[in-house]
Amino acid sequence: MKTVLEVENLGKHFGGITAVDGVSFQVREGEILGIIGPNGCGKSTLFNCVLGQLQPSQGEVRLDGRVVTGMRPCDLNRLGVSRTFQLLQVFPQLTVRENLILAGQEHQGSMTRRLFGRRDAGLTEAAERMIAFFKLGHLAGEKAGGLSYGQQKLLDAAMAFMAGPRLVLLDEPAGGVNLTMLALLKERLQAINAEQGATFVVIEHNMDFVMSLCTRVLVLAEGRVLAEGTPDEVRANPKVIEAYLGH
Amino acid sequence: MTGRTKTMLAALALAAGIAALVLVPLLLNRYGLYILSMWAIMSIAAIGLNLTLGYAGQVSLAQGAFVGIGAYAAAIITTQGWPLVAALVVAVALCFVIGWLLGYPALRVQHHYLAFVTLAFSTLAYLVFRNEEWLTKGIYGITGVPRPTLFGWPLAAPLRFYYFCLAALGIVFAGAWWLVRSPWGRAFMALRENPMRAMSLGVDTRRYTLMAFAIGSSLGGVAGVLYAPLVEFIDPTPFTLGLSLNLLMMVIVGGSGFLFGPLLGALISVLLPEWLRFSEGLYLIVYALFVMILLAWSPTGILGIVDRYLARRRARAASAARSAAMPEALP
Repeated sequence: MKTVLEVENLGKHFGGITAVDGVSFQVREGEILGIIGPNGCGKSTLFNCVLGQLQPSQGEVRLDGRVVTGMRPCDLNRLGVSRTFQLLQVFPQLTVRENLILAGQEHQGSMTRRLFGRRDAGLTEAAERMIAFFKLGHLAGEKAGGLSYGQQKLLDAAMAFMAGPRLVLLDEPAGGVNLTMLALLKERLQAINAEQGATFVVIEHNMDFVMSLCTRVLVLAEGRVLAEGTPDEVRANPKVIEAYLGH
Repeated sequence: MTGRTKTMLAALALAAGIAALVLVPLLLNRYGLYILSMWAIMSIAAIGLNLTLGYAGQVSLAQGAFVGIGAYAAAIITTQGWPLVAALVVAVALCFVIGWLLGYPALRVQHHYLAFVTLAFSTLAYLVFRNEEWLTKGIYGITGVPRPTLFGWPLAAPLRFYYFCLAALGIVFAGAWWLVRSPWGRAFMALRENPMRAMSLGVDTRRYTLMAFAIGSSLGGVAGVLYAPLVEFIDPTPFTLGLSLNLLMMVIVGGSGFLFGPLLGALISVLLPEWLRFSEGLYLIVYALFVMILLAWSPTGILGIVDRYLARRRARAASAARSAAMPEALP
């Protein structure tokens, strides 16, 4: 299977603190890779370094073999890489539909063409499809700030898929979401993975969610890779049990 | 109320507003027309600031300086015998470029730090207006700024010049309306609400920030180009930091991030001193109290109050609709 993302010896230091320490891993096309580890082990910093939100102190990131280390997030997004954040990141003053149109509009032609082109950048139908897919139909015209936390999480995820990305990095998508919404979110992610062949990397603390969703799991501890394998292998790994899962 | 009825009502209100702006000045004297022309010009500058601040979320205390640049461009060029349209082209281009450059600090600093950077530019511009006598004639100013002719039709009469300013305001307002409804407007709002998320969705925040500054500053220049022939004499005094603060106040009082906000804010800022003439020296105190009470009650300005009222009404209507639908859903 083709490798989409390669991270090699990636490191990030904040003064004397090492948040990420020589992490290497690969993500293969169409797989769902889970990244787990205790709080403060460097998961989100790793994401931010991979996605250009932070400049890594060392190492290299390659997308389809092309070096993209330190590339701006907007440029990476245009190469088909999308993400969600640990904390909710919707645009509260825009409606659900507008949030989704915004999430896709920058992929529609040049900046000048967008200025003189259609008001919705030709994305209303795509937004409606995404709204229906994530079962947000009754909320399409509502301002995102007025939605419940779980609904905003769904919208947040839907926005990440609006431009049809090849690789999506989801930072704690299940955090604070109730069981019904969580089941819906998992089902939708699996459907996108199966139907569109999208590749996911998921950071999550909810073990049931990770183990049932991911095909492979990477365990981080103190900024380093502690273990890597299938969910069953990771669950049975004594070092992982000791450092994170517990008995 | 259906969507169509709402659109009809909005169109009627807009038509009534335009009719009032066209017909009421027929009853006004020279001074009244001067005040209304000033309102139209300040509205244009405030619309520019509203794009930069209200929509794109970039604080600027330099809009008054751009009005000054536009005014000096108009005064210098038209007193040399060139038409006002030449001054307009020069002022817009100049303000666009300077606004673009002023946007660079916004890529590194935000909020009050950015306010200080723009404040420094405002001071710098004032010093250039005052000290570069070879160009601006310094404190003596430039006299005899002519009013333009439009297709051979002289606009020197106060009523004609007012209609000229009103038409310019109409064009600028329509342009701003079109811009904020375009994908650019959506990107500006994303920049204001969450630049980090916007960038992760492919929004080139750097380009949009610079563009927001450049477009907003250009409109300041347009206002200046109209200001010079209105007052017919230009000196540095009106373009101190006070004008920038006043424009900022117009945007905030009217409703930052609302299209009609700057028009309303400019109306209050320009007309309130006239309404409060009876209070003589107390005008500024009354104005300050009004602004303080308003912003304590509604930080989103006057139109923010209207917006909240409409949102509550919509929420009540949606809740009533859900309640009405419930019994049918039950077995």
